[in-house]
Amino acid sequence: MPEIEFNNIVKRFGRVTVLEDLNLQVDDGEFLVLLGPSGCGKTTLLNMLAGLQEVTGGSIVIGGRDVTDLDPKDRGLAMVFQSYALYPTKTVRGNLKFGLSVQKLDRAEIERRVAWAANLLQIDKLLDRKPAQLSGGQRQRVAIGRALVKNVDVFLFDEPLSNLDAKLRTEMRLEIKQLHQELEKTIVFVTHDQVEAMTMASRIAVMNGGVIQQIATPDEIYERPANLFVAQFIGSPAMNTLKATVERADGSVSAVHAPTGARIDLSAYSFSAAPKDGDAVIVGLRPEHFSIGCNGHADAGAYFSLPVRYTEKTGSDVTAFLDSGDGGLIAVRFDHKHHHVPKMGEMVEIHFPKDRFDIFDAASEKRI
Amino acid sequence: MTMTAQTASLATPVSKSLRRKRIRGSSIAVLVFLAMWAAFVSIPLYVVIVTSFKTMDQVALGQVFALPTEWTFEPWRKAWSEVCAGMTCEGVSHGFWVSMKILFPSLLISIGISSVTGYALALWKIRWAGTFLFILFLCAFVPFQIIMIPLVVLISSLGIFGTIWAVAIVHSVLAMPLLTLIFRNFYKDVPEELINAAIMDCGSFWRIFFEIILPMSANIMIVVLILMITTVWNDYLIGLVFGGVGTQPMTVILANTVITSFGEVQYNVDMAAALLTAIPPLIVYFAVGKFFVQGITAGAIKG
Ligand SMILES: Nc1ncnc2c1ncn2[C@@H]1O[C@H](COP(=O)(O)OP(=O)(O)O)[C@@H](O)[C@H]1O
Ligand SMILES: [Mg+2]
Repeated sequence: MPEIEFNNIVKRFGRVTVLEDLNLQVDDGEFLVLLGPSGCGKTTLLNMLAGLQEVTGGSIVIGGRDVTDLDPKDRGLAMVFQSYALYPTKTVRGNLKFGLSVQKLDRAEIERRVAWAANLLQIDKLLDRKPAQLSGGQRQRVAIGRALVKNVDVFLFDEPLSNLDAKLRTEMRLEIKQLHQELEKTIVFVTHDQVEAMTMASRIAVMNGGVIQQIATPDEIYERPANLFVAQFIGSPAMNTLKATVERADGSVSAVHAPTGARIDLSAYSFSAAPKDGDAVIVGLRPEHFSIGCNGHADAGAYFSLPVRYTEKTGSDVTAFLDSGDGGLIAVRFDHKHHHVPKMGEMVEIHFPKDRFDIFDAASEKRI
Repeated sequence: MTMTAQTASLATPVSKSLRRKRIRGSSIAVLVFLAMWAAFVSIPLYVVIVTSFKTMDQVALGQVFALPTEWTFEPWRKAWSEVCAGMTCEGVSHGFWVSMKILFPSLLISIGISSVTGYALALWKIRWAGTFLFILFLCAFVPFQIIMIPLVVLISSLGIFGTIWAVAIVHSVLAMPLLTLIFRNFYKDVPEELINAAIMDCGSFWRIFFEIILPMSANIMIVVLILMITTVWNDYLIGLVFGGVGTQPMTVILANTVITSFGEVQYNVDMAAALLTAIPPLIVYFAVGKFFVQGITAGAIKG
């Protein structure tokens, strides 16, 4: 049963339309990540769910109850904000308690919940400090604690990790994931960081320009991106895309990439709609699926021999950017234990496995 | 001289010494200006202070710059409790207490209402907020004299003309546009996410104001307090127009004292009365003045 439903949501600011007829369902106990570039409407969507912004059209249902016209505090939600938004003049304890004092709970219950959340997030020793006396990571924990004590069924996070340094971000990612597994509550988590989305989500909704591009599990999003935007947004470095023309000859399907003259064997690709001879397509090749070196593979669906423009080394991984002939670059990622790091201008041979292509229609940019 | 000799040996001696000279020239101008300004203020102040400690015999000699030959507090005592203003002869002390009684309701009403209005305009989504702000902005620049007579009619129809409340309410109403703008500008720097968090936690307009916003307002409160205390205390016209017999503030009593004279003009008493009237705002400045600058420059949220 869906816990949250967005039905035909429209949002306009004056004459600017941010969201147009958006539909989305979040299942009970799910960790849904809204992923998309800045300005695509993620915060707007979350704020409308929280009741902080009004919808222009459509309805929002939480737990079977239409909350479209309900006040934020009556929607049974808790939210963690990007800037933490702790009350600066209250102590940590005061911050945690403020949301409870309106719930008409007795004193003992309030103390019990504060102690529980403080213990869970290891902030018990900080309870009497003011936010200004806390580090970024500690403030983040308090912000999460302030949401947890409310004991609601749905938690909203708006880019909560983007103000933390890389190490803390990785730690908090794990902690939030663990909290979700422990508490089994529904979480809607907004981020523009694909790593956060891929590591935490049970499902990801990829958004662009106010439109949901695809909703699926992280694996599905990665393996079978629904369109070119999703394909290029997910994965680092981004997926290589080559414009090619379909050639059909006695039962076999292939695509020819004119600048390199490479023939890409598509016979192992399962088309949802088979292309005709001469159709323009975009072939997606993830940098990490290439194998590098001259020892050819039997299952290779594409072969290139191209000069290196430059290389980037990140730990054990190397990304080589090869000149694809038409001014574009083909990124190839490999482990430098298996192959030496090529020098600039050096010709390298790369192979791409038959069953790993992503094919998109050149006009609609949808997966075919 | 040694300085120029040293700089001459450096790579860019000309530009360096030129710049140094220019700075010296402009700072001399500033110093001269400040000195003139200081003299302009402090010479009369000096005369007022020394005169207030002189006996009438010495005042009669007409040497205004001379120090008192015989220091006396008698003029101060007379000014406080004996001097005549019009028909009554009870010194400026009566005016002092009236001013106090006007001051506190004025502060309470004006700051109370304008802080809440500023908070609502800055942090809650209010229809026509922009228009309302513009009107407030215009109101803040309407000179009191223009609306004085209609205000008198209005206050009379409320039946409080000539009372302390009349003076206090007029002060509050006139101060409100400016104070509301000051509060709104301060509160609009409160991060949107903070108020959103509070709305999700509680949703009550008043609880958010009293528990979250007001405790963050210490800086701006001090600024507004000083502003209001000085305007209300130093006001003459509103007190003169709206105050009645026995409810006129200290400034009006002071003026009447100076005007009223039986025979010889008691300059020393007049000066003492003037100083007595000026002292309360000074005390406020000295007590919280350093927070004033801090409050004007600081935002709602510390770094
Ligand atoms: N109050 C507003 N008035 C006008 N436009 C807005 C307002 N809030 C957001 N927008 C616009 O809506 C779009 C989506 O914003 P937002 O939801 O904050 O994006 P995201 O959180 O995905 O970065 C942006 O293009 C932004 O300019
Ligand atoms: Mg955002």
